[in-house]
Amino acid sequence: MNREFLINMVLLLGLAVVPLWAMAGDAPFTITLATKVAILALAGVGLNIALGIGGLISLGHAAFFGIGGYAMGILASHAQSYTALMEWPILIEGTKFMPVIWLVAVAASALAALVIGALSLRTSGVYFIMITLAFGQMFYFFAISWPAYGGEDGLSIYVRNGFPGLNTLVPIHFFGICYSLLVLALWFNACLAKSPFGLALNASRQCPERVETVGLSPFRLRLTAFVISGAITGLSGALFADLNRFVSPTMFSWQTSGEIMVFIILGGVGRLYGPVAGAALFITLEHFLGGLSEYWHIYLGVLLLLVVLFARGGIIGMLAGRQVAHD
Amino acid sequence: MTTILFIEQVLNGLQFGVMLFLMAAGLTLVFGVMGLINLAHGSLYMVGAFAAAAVAGATGSFLLALIAALAAAAAAGALVELLIIRRLYARDHLDQVLATFALILIFSEGTRWLFGSFPLYLDIPDYLSGPVTLPGGIHYPLYRLALIAAGLAVAAGLFLLISRTRLGIQIRAGESDREMIAALGVDISKLYTIVFALGAALAGLAGALVGAIQSVQVGMGEPVLILAFVVIVIGGIGSIKGALIGALMVGLTSTLGSIAMPALFRMFMDNSAASATGSAVSSMLIYILMAAVLVWRPKGLFGGAV
Repeated sequence: MNREFLINMVLLLGLAVVPLWAMAGDAPFTITLATKVAILALAGVGLNIALGIGGLISLGHAAFFGIGGYAMGILASHAQSYTALMEWPILIEGTKFMPVIWLVAVAASALAALVIGALSLRTSGVYFIMITLAFGQMFYFFAISWPAYGGEDGLSIYVRNGFPGLNTLVPIHFFGICYSLLVLALWFNACLAKSPFGLALNASRQCPERVETVGLSPFRLRLTAFVISGAITGLSGALFADLNRFVSPTMFSWQTSGEIMVFIILGGVGRLYGPVAGAALFITLEHFLGGLSEYWHIYLGVLLLLVVLFARGGIIGMLAGRQVAHD
Repeated sequence: MTTILFIEQVLNGLQFGVMLFLMAAGLTLVFGVMGLINLAHGSLYMVGAFAAAAVAGATGSFLLALIAALAAAAAAGALVELLIIRRLYARDHLDQVLATFALILIFSEGTRWLFGSFPLYLDIPDYLSGPVTLPGGIHYPLYRLALIAAGLAVAAGLFLLISRTRLGIQIRAGESDREMIAALGVDISKLYTIVFALGAALAGLAGALVGAIQSVQVGMGEPVLILAFVVIVIGGIGSIKGALIGALMVGLTSTLGSIAMPALFRMFMDNSAASATGSAVSSMLIYILMAAVLVWRPKGLFGGAV
């Protein structure tokens, strides 16, 4: 269709080819890096629904990322210790079965997004940024002070959760799962952006008054977008916890929210594949600069500053030129 | 026993609250006048604390340390404003968030590179250390009382500055109509730099004062920054009065909640479960307060139309 489409396909294929090539070269660590890119890109795709289409600058998406992570951690830790999660009024047991964990992660983070969204979407602009940041921090402190699931130390899960037909402990199998979910989410996001809902949401970013005049409620559109956005980020949190086989309150930290947003910006705001490009660049930088210097965050900061001040379209914007979805 | 504990916690809450006010005042001024959301305000708090710790370590004087904190934070603020922040005023909030997030990364890692990862300690000077006996036989650390006094004095000074001086008139005018005061011949970019440096100096002062009762380390600013955001959401953006009242509410809720909640749960739970649940709930209490204010008044207690 155009240059952006071509770049997107190269990105997607590249992300699939790197681990396959690494498998042939027997470099399992590279596969893990690619898996991390896929998972973090998925978190970014989630945020991008709220941020890119809806214009909702949420600095609290770590809350959903962390809830997804803890959904996995709590279920798997109960399955691991053969204790029930809850015995009364109904018996709920832990599980090591990925699809169930995903479902719980998605449902729990959607619910949290509904509550946080309903409260914080009463405001807009700077208030919204500060409030989402504050709610994210609330979950962080709650996770630290709640001793039942490891508190500050977090939870370790000894064996990665299972998926029927695959051996998830083989890096390339787990990569396949994460990659497939990323592709599904990208496809879903593309459909969403073109759907009547997506168009209305886009319009309510640009001119809420007009949307209201035609009889739609910007609040409801935004809340729906925020819930979908939180749910996808929650799913990526569950995968991220499974990748590390470890959950800790750091998943809830404000830096996590900032980093998810950084993926989108590095890639390009409002670009469907922006988070994929951004996460890939971020992990590459983390790996190579992190190897060169302990203080690689300085370089990341400078790069981010340059992108914000001088290259607002991010990587995809630079490669594909203007014709932006973002106004 | 319990009344003494209660009074102590009220004083702790006041102390915490006035320090939050110093942070929130700068943030709310910068937002009110320039329309900028500054995540890097916590970094200026950290700069103040590190400058104070370094100068106190070299000279042994607490007063010089405080002056150094004010000067270093104001200078860092002015420099950042001149180089980067002023390019952001016309941008949307997303760009402001990201650029100031980038500044946090640069400040934090830069400080880690200069001072290392180990926390520094700033000692309370002899003339402010030790407890004092308050009426009613309560022993309370003199330094914390001094913090309350210093915070209230700065708040009073700030109110006078805003309401009585020429600079204050310009700041208030800048809040209500930026173009107009520029048209009236006020050098608006100089005013912006001054306001930003003033906010930075307040943050640096808070960092140095709190640095003496906590450790001085990289990343100390951001938790305080987020609490200052809660304060601003409660008080209303752009309102100094709102920042003061919001800060005291957050300070008191936070300290009183941490003793009240476990006690509350102890009424219907056994001891260890009650202290666990109580501390978990009390860690969420200020955010619940924020949510309640939001439901009641979405623009904050003293916020006008923004």
